[in-house]
Amino acid sequence: MAEAELPTGLKGLTADWSSDQRAFKNVPWGKAMMWIFLLADTFIFSCFLVAYMAVRMSTTVDWPNPSEVFALNVFGVDVPLLLIAIMTFILISSSGTMAMAVKFGYEKKKVPTFWLLVATAVFGAMFVGMQAFEWTKLIVDEGVRPWSNPMGAPQFGAVFFMVTGFHGTHVSIGVIFLIITAVKVRRGRFDNGDPGFMTGRKGRYEIVETMGLYWHFVDLVWVFIFAFFYLW
Amino acid sequence: MATEGQQHPIGMYFWIWGLLFVLSTLSYMVDYMQYQGYLRWSLILLFMMLKAGLIVAVFMHMVWERLAMVYAILVPTLAILVLILLMSLEGDYVFANREAFFSDWTNFFTPVSPHH
Repeated sequence: MAEAELPTGLKGLTADWSSDQRAFKNVPWGKAMMWIFLLADTFIFSCFLVAYMAVRMSTTVDWPNPSEVFALNVFGVDVPLLLIAIMTFILISSSGTMAMAVKFGYEKKKVPTFWLLVATAVFGAMFVGMQAFEWTKLIVDEGVRPWSNPMGAPQFGAVFFMVTGFHGTHVSIGVIFLIITAVKVRRGRFDNGDPGFMTGRKGRYEIVETMGLYWHFVDLVWVFIFAFFYLW
Repeated sequence: MATEGQQHPIGMYFWIWGLLFVLSTLSYMVDYMQYQGYLRWSLILLFMMLKAGLIVAVFMHMVWERLAMVYAILVPTLAILVLILLMSLEGDYVFANREAFFSDWTNFFTPVSPHH
């Protein structure tokens, strides 16, 4: 069946799902698979955030105020959530550079794609560094532990470290894969269609988009963590 | 496997990036202005959904994808709403029990009680 004949809209929805062999038409298989992985990861993070909700609803001891806990003292003034705001802007910027990298990747422009992927990785590394700083500050200076803290409900630490730890790990893994992808782009592996390290399949620029999906997901999770944990 | 790739003008990315910037600033202002109660929560949720929607629709390209894939990803996510409902009922129940029983409840009916 020629791709041009595919019906669109809801008719296309039923036609695709009732068709033979493959439901996801017109997309590289890697893209569809990455989306399904992200769906699973969405459920995992949702479990953590819903658990956070249940824990915070059921505590009889006051929950620590995130505005105060995560305030930074700059030049003698306590600015609430300053570090978190900076981290948010860094991650948004990284999503911007990633989206542009995907665009230039499809245009087969190796050099801007490479540098945009590197910029994305650098932003990601900065984010993880700042999160590590936050953790150090809370553990060493404020005495926050998974089982207690001096500010309020004892579950605060467990929730904070679990949620931000999982997210930070995802960011770190993303940074590693961004660097790998950037190097492959630079070396022209996607132009030549060289097979990858662990696979016999040919490399191609769709891989940059697949990488982009993962990276935007990491930003997406942060949007929810920022809203529910830090702002609420 | 035919893919048309991304043929969007670069200006579009800067627009969306700018919008995300603005929405993040607005989210931050909700805390800075110390709004409380329902106003705080509804603003937090509104900005959160707008940002998430922009990232999924534009940066993750969903606006241009076929509905089969869009629905395959977005519809199961709605199940999370059910989880939120169930766990909020649970949370309320646990809270009520803690309030009721992790207190001086054995002396609830004692006449000379410090609480009454």
